[in-house]
Amino acid sequence: MSIFKKIMTAIRGGASEAGEAIIDANATRIFEQEIRDAENHLTKAKRDLTGVMAEQMSAKREVDRLTREVTEHEGYATQALEKGDETLALAVAEKIATLEGTLADQQQAHDSFSGNAERLKELVKRSERQVAEHKRQLSMVKTTESVQKATSAITDNFSSSNSKLLSAKDSLERIKAKQQKFDDKMKAGELLESENSDSSLQAQLKAAGIGSQDNSANSVLERLKAKQK
Amino acid sequence: MNIHTIADHLNSLADNSDTGMSFDCQPISGEVDVLQISISDREELPIFVSVTEDQIICISYLWGAEEVKPECIHAMHESMLEMNIPMPLSSFSKIGDKYVVFGALSISSSFADVEHELAVLSNNAIEVIDDMSDYLL
Repeated sequence: MSIFKKIMTAIRGGASEAGEAIIDANATRIFEQEIRDAENHLTKAKRDLTGVMAEQMSAKREVDRLTREVTEHEGYATQALEKGDETLALAVAEKIATLEGTLADQQQAHDSFSGNAERLKELVKRSERQVAEHKRQLSMVKTTESVQKATSAITDNFSSSNSKLLSAKDSLERIKAKQQKFDDKMKAGELLESENSDSSLQAQLKAAGIGSQDNSANSVLERLKAKQK
Repeated sequence: MNIHTIADHLNSLADNSDTGMSFDCQPISGEVDVLQISISDREELPIFVSVTEDQIICISYLWGAEEVKPECIHAMHESMLEMNIPMPLSSFSKIGDKYVVFGALSISSSFADVEHELAVLSNNAIEVIDDMSDYLL
């Protein structure tokens, strides 16, 4: 059964009760150990791969060198034949035969290293995928458990602090009321601000001699004089 | 990254958060450490943060199964599934008999990512309750 299915079954079956583990702790520990082992194998396989690839490269260099040498000696042999020196040509031909023997050996070694490297690369890739998959599964188990434990910690905290969980609607209403209060305050502030700017405008007008003016002694006297007439 | 470094960071923000929200953090001890985060003026809907080996999980509790109108439960589930992708960063879930909205972050997230996550989660929670209140008693 997949881990996903196991967790689903456990939750549906009521294992979501605090304290009851989805998969027993021992099984989780074994699983963790398996992942660590797989990771160790992976590290070793990668090291082996590096070694094999180094040998493959050195074999390739050797093959190239021998190929060049064979070509070179073939040239010498041809030249010796052109000069009619059969003995020398034969000696060179013997040398070529030896070189070709070594070349075949090196080519074989190179092919075998290449094959090994390919196999190891495939193995490393497969192991990496497997380790990642195991880690994902372990993370699912651990997260489920962690959330359950966290939930029980939260629940304990609520019951010990005696604070009652509000219903969602009540909570929302309270939050909205606070938001409203805040908005009202902002509006009141804005209103006050604009009133202040109104009164400052009045002051400016007065200073400019526009609008209603204060009753000065002079204007009172003027008024009385007008009445006398 | 653990709940204490997150708490230190959020508390040090005070009024200087990038999200315009001020956070108050309260660790709850238990078998798994949980950080209770209250956002000012939204204290009724705290966010609970716990940190596992590879993720940071932020949860806000929405409502209990008993708060759902019995005849609406199917429609509510449908709405939640349909809203799961459009809802930014958060997803719906159910823990025991409580419906929750939650977000999970990689353990290598920055403090700014965590702060952003909390702000979005809080907004989502409030909006979800408002929009789904027809389903609730």
